[in-house]
Amino acid sequence: MADSATTTAPRRSASDMLKRLFVRLGILPFLLVIAIVVFTLMSDNFLTGRNLMNVLRQSVYLMIVSLGQMLALLTGGFDLSVGTILAISSVVGAMTMASVYAMAPDMVWLAILLGCLGGVTAGTLIGVVNGVGVAFFNVSPFMMSLGMASVGFGIALYLTGGVPVYGMPVAFGDVFGFGTLLGIPAPVWVAAGLVVALYVFLYQTPYGRYFYAVGGNLKAASLSGINTKATLFFTYVLCAAFAAIAGMLLTARLDTGEANIGASMPLESIAACVIAGVSLRGGVGRLENVVLGALFIGLVQNGMNLARIESYLQTVVLGALLILAVIADQIRLRYVASLKD
Amino acid sequence: MNTSLHHDEGAHAQGARPLIQTRAVTKDYPGVRALDGVDFELRPGEVHVLFGENGAGKSTLISILAGANQPSSGTILVRGEETHLGSVHEARELGISAVFQEFSLIPQMTVAENLFLGAEHARYGFLDNKRLRREAETILDELGFHIAPDQTVDHLTRAEQQMVEIAKAFRDELSVLILDEPTASLTNHETDQLFKLIGELTARGVGIVYITHRMAEIRRIGDRITVLRDGRYIDTVDAKTTSEDELVRLMTGRMVGAIFPKISFSPGEEVLRVDRLTTPDDAVRDVSLTVRAGEIVGFAGLVGSGKSETMQACFGARPASAGTVTYKGQPIGGSSPGANIRRGFLYLPADRRTEGLMMMRSVRENMSLAALDAKQVRNGPFLSRAGEVAMVSELADRLNLSPNRIERAVDHFSGGNQQKAMLARSLTRDFDLIVFDEPTVGVDVGTRASIYEFIAGLAGQGVAVVLISSDLPEILHMSNRAYVFYRGAVQAELPASELTEENVLSHFFEREAA
Repeated sequence: MADSATTTAPRRSASDMLKRLFVRLGILPFLLVIAIVVFTLMSDNFLTGRNLMNVLRQSVYLMIVSLGQMLALLTGGFDLSVGTILAISSVVGAMTMASVYAMAPDMVWLAILLGCLGGVTAGTLIGVVNGVGVAFFNVSPFMMSLGMASVGFGIALYLTGGVPVYGMPVAFGDVFGFGTLLGIPAPVWVAAGLVVALYVFLYQTPYGRYFYAVGGNLKAASLSGINTKATLFFTYVLCAAFAAIAGMLLTARLDTGEANIGASMPLESIAACVIAGVSLRGGVGRLENVVLGALFIGLVQNGMNLARIESYLQTVVLGALLILAVIADQIRLRYVASLKD
Repeated sequence: MNTSLHHDEGAHAQGARPLIQTRAVTKDYPGVRALDGVDFELRPGEVHVLFGENGAGKSTLISILAGANQPSSGTILVRGEETHLGSVHEARELGISAVFQEFSLIPQMTVAENLFLGAEHARYGFLDNKRLRREAETILDELGFHIAPDQTVDHLTRAEQQMVEIAKAFRDELSVLILDEPTASLTNHETDQLFKLIGELTARGVGIVYITHRMAEIRRIGDRITVLRDGRYIDTVDAKTTSEDELVRLMTGRMVGAIFPKISFSPGEEVLRVDRLTTPDDAVRDVSLTVRAGEIVGFAGLVGSGKSETMQACFGARPASAGTVTYKGQPIGGSSPGANIRRGFLYLPADRRTEGLMMMRSVRENMSLAALDAKQVRNGPFLSRAGEVAMVSELADRLNLSPNRIERAVDHFSGGNQQKAMLARSLTRDFDLIVFDEPTVGVDVGTRASIYEFIAGLAGQGVAVVLISSDLPEILHMSNRAYVFYRGAVQAELPASELTEENVLSHFFEREAA
């Protein structure tokens, strides 16, 4: 870095600086700055502590799902069934919790514990199936997760008959949906815990490196002694587990088990990752950027709400942002070749 | 005897204007100069062989002649006129067609559809399938290829696909045909047929640019040979009178002796024993061999002869159907690459881009990839970043990584330095058996010398080394013993005393021609 900086310093212009910054950081910081400026101008309520905490609380669900989605993208795949996993975990979790609570109304915490366990397990099972298909039968992640999205959604509707599941203990919603600790909402604490845990796993243990290696070059990883099948399998299991946790948190917030939640999650989680610079070709992407990417999407949605942009138009904006991010990534790759480090 | 051939000799070509000619053609890729001021000419009716090692620039030159690539500088003359060949299509319209090793066929389409791909006959904007089929039949008949035009290409054998690829060249009026190792996948009979065809073409005045590594073929059909080395033009010689020794000397250069280190071997105990190993796809058939500590065993043979496949099967990267593999007295058949690496057995693949490196990741991550469970980069269940950086930095210094920046993505290094990043894996833990598969492909001479030094150093420390190479001088100068592979089987085992060029070559070529 140092010597190349000194050699080019005299001729370096502002646009060159911007280019270097773009190559180093990707499109996200630029988008964040633009979004904050635009929405601050459009609404007085946007840049307030209260609203920003709101944004944070609203985007944690997407953030948690994006953590899992990032793993799938890192290994060169993706998971389109994350929305369904949210729905399945919500429905199964709520049903379990409600029935345990009905049988033993005194044991509120047992019901909550068993309900959460049931929900997360059910959602994770979808990931197990995805993982088996992708890792052991070489089904493309696209087909596998698309198929499972349909399977899971069907099961969720079948279990509930399309009707929301009621009857969970009030404490569940009070604590995990609306509770706060030190002024910070409970879901944010959960998300923070997951981010830290995944950060340690990805960057401080060899297993995290395996995800990057498998996405970076499957054959090289295999010849270097990495169990690529197991890595791929756990990718989808972990991805599903994250989505299922998000599903339970959302259930707590809604106070009902719903089969219809999470429909926008596949698109939004992939968008959050791609905007954050996770490569669709696999092997590239940083966790901290994905967290920012999810926050950015929450910020945009919140800003558009405050600016009274219709929700139908909001989906248009989101799709356009996703495409813009991919184009920006391509341009960045071209710059990378010319700048090198 | 050969340098004067440039302009005057050759009875059939006397005074004839070259069909195609390059003047000082140079091609630069980022970080690599693939061609450096190459002059080449092809006369009507001759078979002009391009000869050189892997990475000498043959492929780049023919891709420029075929219009698939454009030179960075220099000119191309077609029938004496300076021409810009902007695309394969433009070259084709001038009668220049190439058959590359990589086929450009669409497997799901029929032979006829493939033949006319991009030049379909249409009537009133609709496809004229009858005419397409009829003309395809005419071309195939004329060439004597027995292939039905209605067959889909993926049902054809590789040899038949090759014929379709050649037939494509005859769609337009042909004056220059470029063939890149066309016989690599053909049987003897098919090869004869191809050579007959080449004879007919040259009689019609078509010029042929022919790439091959097989001496027997050069003798049989070649008229002149142009030798390239490291992207530079070396010489053009007569194919009938130049000796093999002379060709090898031209191909490898006088530096041969200088780039190889002097190695004195002291083989120790047996590390690997392979007994009657066979793979389900018959890429390896009944192979038995042994490798001992402190020696370098060369595996020679043509591409696809089973020399790489044998070690891949031992390493667990390829399934085996029969036979036993014993490593340090312990059977290891059926173990995964991971298990073998933990035992101290490493295989470094031939193709660093597709099998060896994560191109977009840093040198650090690439070097440490096979050692993430080793002690010096671990801190209990966690990775020790400091330990990893220390290990990689030391290796980068030792191998003279240039530029010495371990956090830079591998993709942004030159071929030689990419190779170093991969080979460094062999030093990231204590290996007892290391297999180098084509360790110097696409690597410049300077780096090659340091890679040889490196491999010799490992053997000196008592590591058992297997050196798989298509580069004959490499086998001759580096190994203590060699096995020559041919069509999946061990053709010969040559001890140091018999390790001469003629001996190895005789097992490469002669039995094949017989």
